[in-house]
Amino acid sequence: MNTQDLAYVRTKFEPARPAPMSNLGLVVWLRRHLFATVGDTVLTLLGIAFLVWALPNLYNFLIGDAVFAAENGDACRAANVGACWAYVWARLDFFLYGFFPADPYWKEQAGLFAEFMAQWRVNLVFFIGLALVVPLLWPSAPFKVVNAALFFIVYPVVVFYLLAGGAFGLEKVPTEKWGGLTITLIIGLVGIVTSLPLGILLALGRQSRLPAIKYLSTGFIELWRAVPLITVLFMASVMLPLFMPSGVTIDKLLSALVGIALFNSAYMAEVVRGGLQALPRGQYEAASSLGLNYWKSMFFIILPQALKHVIPGIVNTFIALFKDTSLVSIIGIFDLLKTVQSSTADLDWTAPTQAITGYIFAAAVFWIFCFSMSRYSIFMENRLHTGHKR
Amino acid sequence: MAVQDTSRHEPQRSSFLNDPVVRGRLYQLLTVVIVAAFVWFIADNTAANLARQNKTTGFDFFWFTSGFDIQFSLIPYSRASTYGTAFLVGILNTMLVAVIGVFFASLLGFMVGIARLSNNFIISRLALIYVETLRNVPLLLQLVFWYFAVLKSMPGVRQSFIFLDGVVLNQRGLYLPKVVTDAQFAWVWGALALSIVAIVVLQRWAHKRLEATGQRFPVFWTALGVLVVLPLVAGLISGTHLSVDLPVLKGFNYAGGIGLPPELVALCLGLIFYTATFISEIVRAGIQSVSYGQTEAAQALGLRDGDRLRLVIIPQAMRVIIPPLASQYLNLTKNSSLAIAIGYPDLVSVFMNTTLNQTGRAIEVVFITMLVYLTLSLATSSFMNWYNRRIALVER
Repeated sequence: MNTQDLAYVRTKFEPARPAPMSNLGLVVWLRRHLFATVGDTVLTLLGIAFLVWALPNLYNFLIGDAVFAAENGDACRAANVGACWAYVWARLDFFLYGFFPADPYWKEQAGLFAEFMAQWRVNLVFFIGLALVVPLLWPSAPFKVVNAALFFIVYPVVVFYLLAGGAFGLEKVPTEKWGGLTITLIIGLVGIVTSLPLGILLALGRQSRLPAIKYLSTGFIELWRAVPLITVLFMASVMLPLFMPSGVTIDKLLSALVGIALFNSAYMAEVVRGGLQALPRGQYEAASSLGLNYWKSMFFIILPQALKHVIPGIVNTFIALFKDTSLVSIIGIFDLLKTVQSSTADLDWTAPTQAITGYIFAAAVFWIFCFSMSRYSIFMENRLHTGHKR
Repeated sequence: MAVQDTSRHEPQRSSFLNDPVVRGRLYQLLTVVIVAAFVWFIADNTAANLARQNKTTGFDFFWFTSGFDIQFSLIPYSRASTYGTAFLVGILNTMLVAVIGVFFASLLGFMVGIARLSNNFIISRLALIYVETLRNVPLLLQLVFWYFAVLKSMPGVRQSFIFLDGVVLNQRGLYLPKVVTDAQFAWVWGALALSIVAIVVLQRWAHKRLEATGQRFPVFWTALGVLVVLPLVAGLISGTHLSVDLPVLKGFNYAGGIGLPPELVALCLGLIFYTATFISEIVRAGIQSVSYGQTEAAQALGLRDGDRLRLVIIPQAMRVIIPPLASQYLNLTKNSSLAIAIGYPDLVSVFMNTTLNQTGRAIEVVFITMLVYLTLSLATSSFMNWYNRRIALVER
């Protein structure tokens, strides 16, 4: 076999050429994403016009013309002034703690640290909560079981004694004095912690083979889902006292908590049911063939898979619940919204932009919580996306 | 030699308690007994409490004079009317908000949902920012914001915003021009009904012809023509006279036109902007659920762009969109009960708040209010079930 130099066969690779100009560069990107057609161009121009109009106005209102520090409302009452942040700063105590009595010693002292210590009971609640929540949500943090037990069982007890007092030498504080962001977080947390297990039980009940349990669960779920939360809260505040034996008085906050927990457990049940129905029959059969009884097969085989499927739905229900906590302001509980709303009548700070500033502050607080919950759910979804990835 | 032991052991008779059927019945019995005992406990306490407070029960209060004013009503109502009328006013007001809200929220929601899928960078980002901002703020806060921070800080009556001479916006609300018709206008309505019937017939005929011969008939343009021309001709022949009733400043307030109280405007704005974010997400998910292969398949069949959307894409997207959309409509209706926070007289505010406080018939009022919402909800879910059955995929 003789070798021959084939002149027409390439011996080395041609260097890669740059991509054609029609696929590259800012101009092409702009043309494709902003000016593809005449209609697109019109929309883009409208969008830019809107931004040019809105952004400077927004900046001026929130930062440029805003009043950041002032002793009273005089600065905010000047003409063409933006947001009155000084008012939010001055009433921040009220927005965070409501009417919770300040510590008598620290109230007299001056300085930021003293202000912090004046509400040390509530602040301690915040800090313990934060210290427990962060490692709980951090996927690779150790001691998950201990952490969860501390958060779901020990923490509520600690919170109750820290806030309500009446023991360990703490001054007794009735729940009417709790308020502000504190109570919003308490209602949200209690709602989340109680509605998930209740919802799982109801969903299992609705899927049950036993007709009595099935119809009772279905009826319960459909009843709560049919009515608006505000009627549930009214009912809780008007009817619960009627339902109790004579002599038993029921706390307003407690009745709201019961209403919110029951209401959201019905929604949670429907979300969990979606997950249960998405599981193939084989999983149930596999569990019974292993000889597991009903509760064991649910707990070890079915629920872990079903709940994983519906994490977005569960978190959406949590977000809805957290937003719905603002409804307790209608039955007269001083949550974040109610404190902001009542402080807009504050004569010291009366100004054209006072109400708007207050509501923007409240909206921003709610937004931060809800938005981070939804981001966290997306993060968890991706992390738990095991076994379905191709 | 291996010997097989063929003697059979009688299986151990287990306790009948281990029989799943018996156990199931026991569990059910237990549940029913517990629930019944709980209900009895509550009913007993309630009866005792009511007896102790000397409260009468019954639904006769519906015919009592209400004695309170409702500042916005679609039917004649005064403080001399009965609680029954007040109840009706509440239901109608709730339905008014629901209808306005559903219409505009769908419009905005579909627009934003499509905008989010746009290739246009600015448009899709603006839509995203709108959705992510308003979706994560409580509706009640938004309502309060619209009412107290926006509409209540509108200029007074003398300095009203006036658009195009007919639309007036001030602290007292929104005033729109009203079209006033005379008796002859009935002919126009008749012609309108007639043209709708004609269009339905035309569509049937065109469809039959398309099936039989393959020839198209421009149904849409013809229908539009019929819809405009017939009522117009009827109007000209009958000599109807239309006049526009503009809101005008009379004394201390605007009169004439359609006056919408600020509570209604704020409630509608809040509900529309909030619900539209959810609708837009539903629409986006629905459109994305139709795979690109369907578009290619339609193109391969030679369908035109319009037909491709109308016959292939939209029907498949709608299957995904409609059920959650219906539940959003229901949510909007239920959320309209937040009207109580800004003083719009809806069902909950008129009935469950004012009427309940005045009559003290807590159980009856709560029961009826819940019944109204339950009816609405069951109607929606039965519609959804019917629709789901109708459009369910017919698998091989």
